[in-house]
Parts: sequence; C-alpha cells; structure tokens
Amino acid sequence: MAEPLSRIALGLLSGVLFGFVLEKAGVTRFETIVNQFRFRDFTVLKVMLTAIVIGGVGVHAFRALGWVHLSIKPAQMAAVIVGGLVFGVGMALLGYCPGTGIAAMATGSRHAAVGVLGMLVGAAVFAELYPWAASTILRVWNLGSVTLPDITGWPAWLILTLLTVVALGVFGLVERFEKRKV
Amino acid sequence: MMKWLKAKRWRPYVAGALIGFLSWFTFLTVDRPIGVSSAVVRTVAMAESVAAPQHVKTNLYFQKFPASIDWEWALVAGMLAGAALSSRLSGSASVERVPELWMRRFGPSVAKRYAAAFLGGVLLIGGARLAGGCTSGHGISGSLQLALSSWTFFLTLFASGVAAAAWLYGKEDRHG
Repeated sequence: MAEPLSRIALGLLSGVLFGFVLEKAGVTRFETIVNQFRFRDFTVLKVMLTAIVIGGVGVHAFRALGWVHLSIKPAQMAAVIVGGLVFGVGMALLGYCPGTGIAAMATGSRHAAVGVLGMLVGAAVFAELYPWAASTILRVWNLGSVTLPDITGWPAWLILTLLTVVALGVFGLVERFEKRKV
Repeated sequence: MMKWLKAKRWRPYVAGALIGFLSWFTFLTVDRPIGVSSAVVRTVAMAESVAAPQHVKTNLYFQKFPASIDWEWALVAGMLAGAALSSRLSGSASVERVPELWMRRFGPSVAKRYAAAFLGGVLLIGGARLAGGCTSGHGISGSLQLALSSWTFFLTLFASGVAAAAWLYGKEDRHG
C-alpha cells in the first residue's frame, strides 16, 4: 500500500463528514437533484455555490500563505464539454451524481445502488476506451491546467469577490422566487 | 448538539458552508481537493485484478488509477458511513426503489426504474472520467480553485441536466 495509514484515516474522517453533510443537505434525495434541474428546488445550487465561495476564499488564502497547492484539472475543452453534456443526462436519469448516489445508497436507496453498479460498469468501459480518448478527444482544444485568473489576468481575490457578489445576488433572487411560488 | 445531529435537514447555506470548511480541512491535512469519481475507477481496478490481473497491469487508465486504496478511496468509503449515520440519526433512512416523481411520470415498474438508474450511472462515470471529474472534483473543488475546466464542466452539466430533465419529466405537476 503506497498511501500512509494516517492519510487513509484522514480520508475516512473527511468522507464521514462529507457524507453526513450531504445527507443533511437533502441532496441524497432523487427529488432534490431532479427538481433543481426543473427549477423547483434550489438546494443543490445553494449548497454548491456556498461551498465554492467559502472554500475558495479559504483555499486561496492558505495558498497565499504557502500552506497549500492548487490541483487544477487540465482544460481539455472538447472532453470537458462532451463529458459535461453526457454527465448532465446521466444525472437527470439517475437523479444523483456519483458522490450523492454513493451516499444515497447508504441511506437505503436501492435505485441509487443500481446506479452505482452502472457507475462501476461505466468506469470499466471507460478504462478500455481511454487509450483511444487520450489520442483523440483529450487532445482537442487542450488549454492546459489554467485558471480563471490565468486567462483573465485578474487576481484571484478579485474573481472571488465578484463570485461572492454574484452568489449573493443569485441567492437573493432565488429566495424571492421561492417565496413567490409558495 | 444532539438535536442538531438528529435533524432531518440543515439549511442548504449551512450545509454548503460546512462543505467549504471541509475543503479547507482536506487541503490543510493532505493538500488535496475533495473528489469522488476516480475512486470508482480504483474499485473497478480492484475487482478486475482478481479476474484478470495482467489486463489491469497493462491498461493505461488503471496505471493512472491503480487497484490500491488511496486517500480519495478512503474518503468515498467514509461517505457511506457518514450518510448512513446521518440518515439513521434523523430516521430518514428508508428503502426506496422507485422515487415518487419518477413513478408519477413513468409508472411503478421497478425494472424500468432500475434500467434507467443503471444507464444513468454508466453515463455519469463516462462523462465524469472524460471530463476529468464529477460534481465534487470539478463542480465544487475545481470551481473553488477557479479552474477553467471545472467552471466549464459545471455550466455544461447544468445546462445539459436542465434540458434532459425537461425532456424526461416534462412540465406536468406544475408547482402548487
């Protein structure tokens, strides 16, 4: 085993906390996910945007202090866009994403467990297709591991500030929209 | 405290903030972002290692994500325990085969629901691995790091999910 036991323990602890919070947020429910896509329940958007803003401010502060490193996934734009399109259809069909589906399985959702089985089969298929993908779609329009600060030339704190303002604006609109509908 | 842990739901902003703090924790402890979907690949590598160890050794993708337990795999294992604990504390754990919204649209057939769920799972991991991450690794962790790839993925999956949900579930059952 390459990974030291202390890191495994930290992974387990982080996972317990993550799974606990996802369940408490209600995103381990099929309806919560599907109704976000139908604009009838904004839980997913609220949870994700709040996590992004708070997480982003902290992680960038720690990075400025030299405590952490970013791990930026490469912008292989063709693969990211096609992947996102396929993923969105899968998420609407299953009513979960990989993390919430795995968590939902633990709350007793049998169809989530079937979805997780599908994920395993999907991963097996992808592993076989990977050499082909690596020499084709993953190479198309590959901009490398770039960030929004890289491409705009704006500092991260400015983008995070803008993002916070946008998130607060979205929350305000969504809350008003929800009040009106009830 | 116990009352809070036994609650059925937390406000989404509270839950979101906690996930944000959790990402601080994972960066500070192991210098890694939260992610889920690569652990699924490792699990498949583990399973295939039993049946075809040589194949797993030579497969390029399993060389990237070998059949070993790493921090992220432990995280995903922990998620099962965390979600199980939360749902049992609140009493919201329940066996669900066909969710209500699905039933209203497609009927009570368990086989039909399972077939759709299975296909959904295949598409999820296919899409996630092609894009390099899922709602956790790209959607939350990548977006908070302000990665171009992750914001692109987040916006694309959202648009695609909206279109797919409109097509699948239609406009019936209008709110109210």
